Amino acid sequence: MKDHVELRSGAYADSVTLLQVSRAVQAAPGVVAAQVAMATALNLEVLTGMGFEVPASSPNDMVVALRLDDDADVATALAAVDAALVPTRPSSGDTAQAPPRTTGAALRHGGPGAVVLISVPGASATVEAMDALEAGHDVMIFSDNVPVAEEVALKTYAATRGALVMGPDCGTALLDGVGLGFANAVRPGRIGLVAASGTGCQQLLTLLHHAGETLDGVGVRHALGVGGRDLSSAVGGLATREALRRLDADADVDLVVVVSKPPAPEVAEALAREAEALGTPVELGLLGRGQRDLTTVAEAVLARLGHEAPQWPVHGVDNTGPATGPLLRGLFVGGTLCDESMLMAAEALGPIRSNIPLSADLALAEELIVDDHVMVDFGDDALTQGRAHPMIDPTLRNEQIARAAADPATGVILLDLVLGHGAEPDPAAHLAPAITAARSARPIPVIVSLVGSDLDPQGLAAQRDALVAAGAEVHLSNAAATRRALDLLSRSEGAHQ
Amino acid sequence: MSTTSPSPVSAGATTPTVVTCGADMFADAVAGQAVDVERVDWRPPMPGTEADLAAVATDPRRPDANRRAVEAMLGVTAHLVDVAPASEVLGLEKGQFLHAGPPIEWARTSGPLRGALMGGAALEGLVEDPEDAVALFESGSSVSLEPCHHRSAVGPMAGVVTPSMWMWVLEDRATGKRTYCSLNEGLGKVLRYGAYGPDVLARLRWMGDVLGPLLQAAVRGTEEASDVTGILTQMLQMGDEAHNRNRAGTLMLLRDLSPAMVTSGFESKDVGDALRFVGGNDHFFLNLAMPACKLALDAGRDVPGSTMVVAMARNGTDFGIQVSGTGDQWFTGPAQVADGLFLGDYGPEDANPDIGDSAITETAGIGGFAMATAPAIVRLVGGSVPDALATTRRMHEITLAENPRWSVPVLEFQGTPTGIDVSKVCRTGILPQINTGMAGAVAGVGQVGAGLVTPPAEIFPQALAALAQAVPGRSL
Repeated sequence: MKDHVELRSGAYADSVTLLQVSRAVQAAPGVVAAQVAMATALNLEVLTGMGFEVPASSPNDMVVALRLDDDADVATALAAVDAALVPTRPSSGDTAQAPPRTTGAALRHGGPGAVVLISVPGASATVEAMDALEAGHDVMIFSDNVPVAEEVALKTYAATRGALVMGPDCGTALLDGVGLGFANAVRPGRIGLVAASGTGCQQLLTLLHHAGETLDGVGVRHALGVGGRDLSSAVGGLATREALRRLDADADVDLVVVVSKPPAPEVAEALAREAEALGTPVELGLLGRGQRDLTTVAEAVLARLGHEAPQWPVHGVDNTGPATGPLLRGLFVGGTLCDESMLMAAEALGPIRSNIPLSADLALAEELIVDDHVMVDFGDDALTQGRAHPMIDPTLRNEQIARAAADPATGVILLDLVLGHGAEPDPAAHLAPAITAARSARPIPVIVSLVGSDLDPQGLAAQRDALVAAGAEVHLSNAAATRRALDLLSRSEGAHQ
Repeated sequence: MSTTSPSPVSAGATTPTVVTCGADMFADAVAGQAVDVERVDWRPPMPGTEADLAAVATDPRRPDANRRAVEAMLGVTAHLVDVAPASEVLGLEKGQFLHAGPPIEWARTSGPLRGALMGGAALEGLVEDPEDAVALFESGSSVSLEPCHHRSAVGPMAGVVTPSMWMWVLEDRATGKRTYCSLNEGLGKVLRYGAYGPDVLARLRWMGDVLGPLLQAAVRGTEEASDVTGILTQMLQMGDEAHNRNRAGTLMLLRDLSPAMVTSGFESKDVGDALRFVGGNDHFFLNLAMPACKLALDAGRDVPGSTMVVAMARNGTDFGIQVSGTGDQWFTGPAQVADGLFLGDYGPEDANPDIGDSAITETAGIGGFAMATAPAIVRLVGGSVPDALATTRRMHEITLAENPRWSVPVLEFQGTPTGIDVSKVCRTGILPQINTGMAGAVAGVGQVGAGLVTPPAEIFPQALAALAQAVPGRSL
């Protein structure tokens, strides 16, 4: 084998694109391994770990690292790199007009009302977002790793402009039927969502969509993300307040639902007071100890609209046998789904170790699979630094699924999979083999919450079938999936006694 | 999808549009929902600038500060109100020398600045032979060097001003503020390019004895003071970009001043010589364009929180910028050698690094920034017409505003890109494009070519760091 490493200074592509490029090049003939990445500290670590020697570089250089069969041609492999790097964006026709280089430049001649979606690395997100706010536009910031002080500064400035800041770390928004970021395709209706939680929002969207198949008038008009920290003490619900104001003023919204990761108590109290003062009824679905899970919130929403909750779907029940050990392994791509499961599990099982722990003493360090119940959020800032979100790059979670399976103490593996715009075209194709492998040595129960709608581009049924075929039990409700996992563990404890 | 009533987010729009900045896959996902998407071609900023960029972006003073700086700059109209010796209008005394660019001591001066200082010393009678001036400047006892910019003045190329040189005096009537620039000597072997031979000194003496007094009489005798800003407006529509091409501007100036020159009572031979000299020097108006630009930019100075560049200047060794929000501080780096075409047998090895205060034109949004309006000279500076259009468009990426008075016909009369934003330069890595002449590296040679040049990139992160430090309440 031979290595070829080259630096391309001045070349740039986003990390998601480069991940796809790397994958495409790996599939080229004669290529043993390929990594095309910006030379960030983390990527250099990865490259070094792969055994590549990378010359001195700056984070603004693109590294092309190829490991080839001895008889393979470097030029052919590089041609594959170049072909994969060619942007697929449609040309505007006017070749003289270079595309705008900043958000401000893009908005300079644009009409009013455009929404700005920012997904650059967190260190640069604030600057782009300020361009949008200065021009009077609402902005959704998908980027994470944005300092909280910058979030406060952005939202404080936005308040002076009457603009809405969705984010940072806002995964999902649905604006008049248009999904931004990771959003499910759902039928429209007269419910308005405010979500300090991306996957929490997606869970509600998909539950209500499922209910709407049989119930008249159940659907979501807008889902306004506000970012997972909006209801923290530091941010104080600045964006939630603006989102509530918008939805309250919208004559086509009959009911507002607020979902959030566990909020700061004083912010939650203030929010409850403000919600009461609005003309539109508000259902507060704030996660926390002793609070309702998201499925119960969805059921309460349906009750307000005068409907009984449907049976939440589950498939592959026959796959599941008894727990194979005492410990729960929850490995999530959705932060709120992880939070929700952890809150439920903590009540049943006691302390749960996590990278987003319920209390600081339960925090995980580098090691994610420890000798205890574990809930990991692979979408958390610390695990996405210099890397694509796990909804796009499943590598890290798949590794940990294998590690959990190899641990004889593992009793149940609890997973999530999220469909919708922005997600992988066929995420089950990446997860199913990991599930099959995990169950190859012994039949560990694998319970999956599959958050998706039948209108999603991936096709809900096909994704579900692939997971069931791999041996999983698949739920639409994350709370139901969690309850199932906890039930299996409690019965196994009973068996031990 | 239904868009029967306005979204709370895209209020008033019938079709939602989305601008994306970042991962293409999100833009694709939006486009896949049949929604118009405009994609920002985002790239990482200059290395190490992220934290400072965020600090400056969230400085609550910045949006308003930049608006005020731009408005102040665009609000200035420069009128030609006088012509007078530097000793009178700048209080310049014997032994005091002004020069282009940021401050510099003799030991670090480049060839062309040395040559111009040596010639200036001879012109002022400090030495008989310019070569003797070297010892004078080395001793430094009876001479001093100071940037033109520190005296409300600007000087092209070496920019050397001595007390006996006659200066254009421009005034903003709204405020009474004034700026100054010497008279242009023409091209080739001239003092500002570092030449100091007998011809150069003879020409300078004629300018001091005849041209200066005559122009003073003409300006003072012209009822309606020339509106230099207005001439700039017109010349930009006549193929001048007011840095490397000033032909239309020069002729319009002559149109304004020649009646009073003719009736000034000066000897007709002198009047004829002066008209011939001015009309034969396509760059004569540059020395009015520059102080007009400085007068406008000075109005934008000292606005706390503003990231607008108010001066770009080179002394042949260092390239320096000053920024509205950081007062008189210079941010400097090594001046670059221009890329362009050379006169005669000269080549890149003969050229001195970039020199002159004339980049004040680019700072104000003309010169290289208005390249699209001057297709006639794109070859002189080694480019093509599409390059020129692209250059002007690219400069809009790093500027705060468009100048409503100075417009470019071929770009649908779009205003020139105005007010360089330190933040935007650091964000995009796009450097200001400057059209420039090239001086010979050796003192005494004169002009060797013309071309395009940019500032050294590192001075923008320097300025940005200072702006970030100045943000109120910023923890260190």
